Amino acid sequence: MENKIEIIEICLLAGKIMLESGAETYRVEDTMNRMAAAFGNVTSQSYVTPTGIMFSTSGTEPTNIVRINERSTDLEKVTLVNNISRKISSGELTLQEAKRELEELSKKNLSFPIWIQVLSAAIASGCFTIMFLGSWTDFLPACIAGGVGFAFFFFLHQLVRIKFFAEFMASFLIGMIAYLFIVTGLGAELDKIIIGSVMPLVPGLLITNAVRDLIAGHLVSGISKGAEAFLTAFAIGTGVAVVLAIF
Amino acid sequence: MLSHLITSLVASSTFGIIFNVPKKSLIKCGFVGMIGWMLYIFLFLQGIDAVYATLAASFLVAVISHIFAKVYKNPVIIYSIVGIIPLVPGGISYDAMRNFVENDYSTALPLAARAFMISGAIAFGLVLSEVLNQLIFRRKKRV
Repeated sequence: MENKIEIIEICLLAGKIMLESGAETYRVEDTMNRMAAAFGNVTSQSYVTPTGIMFSTSGTEPTNIVRINERSTDLEKVTLVNNISRKISSGELTLQEAKRELEELSKKNLSFPIWIQVLSAAIASGCFTIMFLGSWTDFLPACIAGGVGFAFFFFLHQLVRIKFFAEFMASFLIGMIAYLFIVTGLGAELDKIIIGSVMPLVPGLLITNAVRDLIAGHLVSGISKGAEAFLTAFAIGTGVAVVLAIF
Repeated sequence: MLSHLITSLVASSTFGIIFNVPKKSLIKCGFVGMIGWMLYIFLFLQGIDAVYATLAASFLVAVISHIFAKVYKNPVIIYSIVGIIPLVPGGISYDAMRNFVENDYSTALPLAARAFMISGAIAFGLVLSEVLNQLIFRRKKRV
């Protein structure tokens, strides 16, 4: 098969996009194998961890590796790669078309503008405060604390590439803002404001994926994602704890 | 109850924006989150233990997510992630952390254990629905 190299390229690219956008490990492996099978390569094997992909078309062929450095959450990209893979499986896309579509997708930035994300985080924070049986007086303080905290997390993460530090600082800031609201009398319950505002930082995606990976038998990925989720939760908890310890 | 209905719908949808869920699915995500939260808060206010309430809610969230994923041909995580976020034991973890900071370890430890149990309940709810999904899916294949 002379187009074997192209098949490998496409599968690795699809896997890379999916993994960087926050797909579960088993989905990445499954997609890569299905795509390879659709192009006539049924013996392919893939091994995916959160930090790298290994892919081989058959046991004796050379194995290819892709390193994953950045992981973010972009579920639209996961969905789009999924759709492309479906089309390939049903024979709607040729090798060249699939390659072009995936290359276009990998360059695109599909996420919402940052101000919309911050606004969403703010609204979500306020809503969570109400959901955790807080009073409506705390709605606006939680919105502000959550929005500022999320924006701070976003920019600090771009500045310092250490996610846990950014999370720690963001939750610290949230705690400070919430405390400020209580001192000035604009907020009623410190606890409810803080709990609502840190929710946008909570590692929900990691927890879900860790569980799904563990069920699917991907023990390495499941445990490492669980560890990442634990570290994130720990960073948030510590940030809040520092504020509580100061006052 | 009405305020819970609206806030959980809005909160889940806005979370969808943060996770960049496809725009067509935003409302569906909000719906999944809303259903899950309404079941949880209903059971919780009836006096049922938070662990069981969380288990029931996360199971329901996962089942609806699987159905949506099958119907709309999308990956299941785009629905389930947003759905389980409200169930994460943020409040209890917070209380535990505060008591740790205040050196009140004997109050903090049960709370931490509780938060752990609730996380476990979320995970187990997801597992149960996965098993159910596989059973149904395999049966269909055999026929």
